[in-house]
Amino acid sequence: MKALLALLSLSLSLAIAAVPASVQAQSPGPLRIEITEGVIEPLPFAVPDFIAESSAAAPYAAQLSRVVAEDLTGTGLFREVPREAHISQITSFQSPVQFADWKAINAQALITGAVSMDAGGRLVVKFRVYDVFAGTELGDGMQFAGTPDGVRRMAHKVADQVYSRITGEGGYFDSRVVFVSETGPKDSRAKRLAIMDYDGANLQYLTSSNSLVLAPRFSPTGDRVLYTSYETGFPRVHLLNVGDVQSRILQGSDGVMSFAPRFAPNGQTVVYSLTQGSNTDIFAMDIAGGGTRQLTSAPSIETAPSFSPDGSRIVFESDRSGTQQLYIMPAGGGEATRISFGQGRYGTPVWSPRGDLIAFTKQNAGRFHIGVMRTDGSEERLLTASFLDEGPTWAPNGRVLMFARETQGATGASSLYSVDISGRNLKRVRTPEGASDPSWGPLQ
Amino acid sequence: MRHLTKAILLVAALGAGACTNADRFAGDGAGGAGAGMGAGSGIDSGIIPGSANDPASPAYFSQTVGDRVLFAVDQSTLSPTAQTTLDGQAQWLLTNSDYLAVIEGHADEQGTREYNLALGARRANSVMEYLIARGVPQSRLKFVSYGKERPIEICSEEACYAKNRRAVTIISAGGLTS
Repeated sequence: MKALLALLSLSLSLAIAAVPASVQAQSPGPLRIEITEGVIEPLPFAVPDFIAESSAAAPYAAQLSRVVAEDLTGTGLFREVPREAHISQITSFQSPVQFADWKAINAQALITGAVSMDAGGRLVVKFRVYDVFAGTELGDGMQFAGTPDGVRRMAHKVADQVYSRITGEGGYFDSRVVFVSETGPKDSRAKRLAIMDYDGANLQYLTSSNSLVLAPRFSPTGDRVLYTSYETGFPRVHLLNVGDVQSRILQGSDGVMSFAPRFAPNGQTVVYSLTQGSNTDIFAMDIAGGGTRQLTSAPSIETAPSFSPDGSRIVFESDRSGTQQLYIMPAGGGEATRISFGQGRYGTPVWSPRGDLIAFTKQNAGRFHIGVMRTDGSEERLLTASFLDEGPTWAPNGRVLMFARETQGATGASSLYSVDISGRNLKRVRTPEGASDPSWGPLQ
Repeated sequence: MRHLTKAILLVAALGAGACTNADRFAGDGAGGAGAGMGAGSGIDSGIIPGSANDPASPAYFSQTVGDRVLFAVDQSTLSPTAQTTLDGQAQWLLTNSDYLAVIEGHADEQGTREYNLALGARRANSVMEYLIARGVPQSRLKFVSYGKERPIEICSEEACYAKNRRAVTIISAGGLTS
């Protein structure tokens, strides 16, 4: 166990340390940013099909192990040793593991599992994680129970446990993403809200395409979604209950635009932008009482507010200096401090759930980037570059970002991508249609 | 000889009439509003109410007066050309006092979504304030921004971006209540 942990934490810390180091090496000035591409050797693991301990559970056994494997390999930190290479067969969840057989195929981690169905028709999933080279179990075996339609969620929970035990980081597989699903060409695009598992499974539409909708944002507990809808003819902040898919207008009156809403960590306060005349400012609203408070009062554009995880501060974008830049102010409003000073324009800041970083969209020299910086603006790193990357959202563990990438030209379309904060493991998230404005919810 | 001349003139007159009608309906189609109210009314040369040749029609407003003004990158100031167009819009709105207007502000795709919403609002508001300064009652005007959500040109080049950075004045006959 120690050997495995040491190995992985070594490669993780190396990877993280390597990013700022190589940025420094390539850029003499403090404001010049180079995108780096580190390479990490993924940790090999094996996950044989889970053992079906009752015939009713048999249809789920293989699916469980496949979802666990996809979750882990999808991080880019793990590599599966294919089943064809396995020497040992796991035939019983209780039998001792033949470590030599797994060592021989260089599987450094082994995940075994079993699934049964109880008298109430609920699936019961058990799993164990082994450090093969140390010849020990990594943490305690655990079990989850739930209805069969939640089989993927149970697999995600197993994978989250494995990920956490090996990396020391929180997991993010048992989470959902709310986003805007898009169809049609650029000049007649239809948009509707959709919700799905983080990996694209279990997609469900939340609104029709009749009204333009933008930028949904999950509540801290994932039970509600704020979004902007043109249902009344003017963009207004709406609040949707995920459970019964009912929504209501939260803010704005006829002819007054309100948009860019986001929850405070308490789930009760909402910050958003309101446009009056040529001026867009940030306001806060108490959902229960309906009382509002103006937080900024500059004659410029102030928008895209996002709370720090402790609720004490708000990062937002403003063009008060002449171009879009990032600022931080106290949650109750007041003097703001500019934190972005690089070349180009900065927008859509989002505070990491860990509190340490702010993700943003950067526009410079005709290209768009997703990047991260510390909350004082230092150590800016650009993670992506394309014709149009926009609107990052944090995985619950603060290690991965999801964002939208729109392709260039008359046939341009938008898709979701995810990338590690190291800039590695850039990959497309599967959606059946075009997709934009992702908001990553909490661990369920 | 005399007969022949007469026949040619007749044909020419019919031809001219047909052309006029064709233009008129083509104009209505492009304008997309208030079209075809007198479509079956015969072959005389009267102007069809609601057509683009009717100075009191929304189609006339959008095609002859000009319903849109364009903006420079990240700007909301009105160019001299834009001001000329808006002078015409103000004049038309003052003459046709039954009509209300919503000014739609737009941005090109080179920007983030929220900022472009606010930028489109700035542009639409510039137009609204100009019309108010020219005497159009504020009670007849509203504005809304679509940011980068409603481009009319879809290429990713400046030629298209220039047409998408716009504010469009949409006329409605009493359809706007508040």
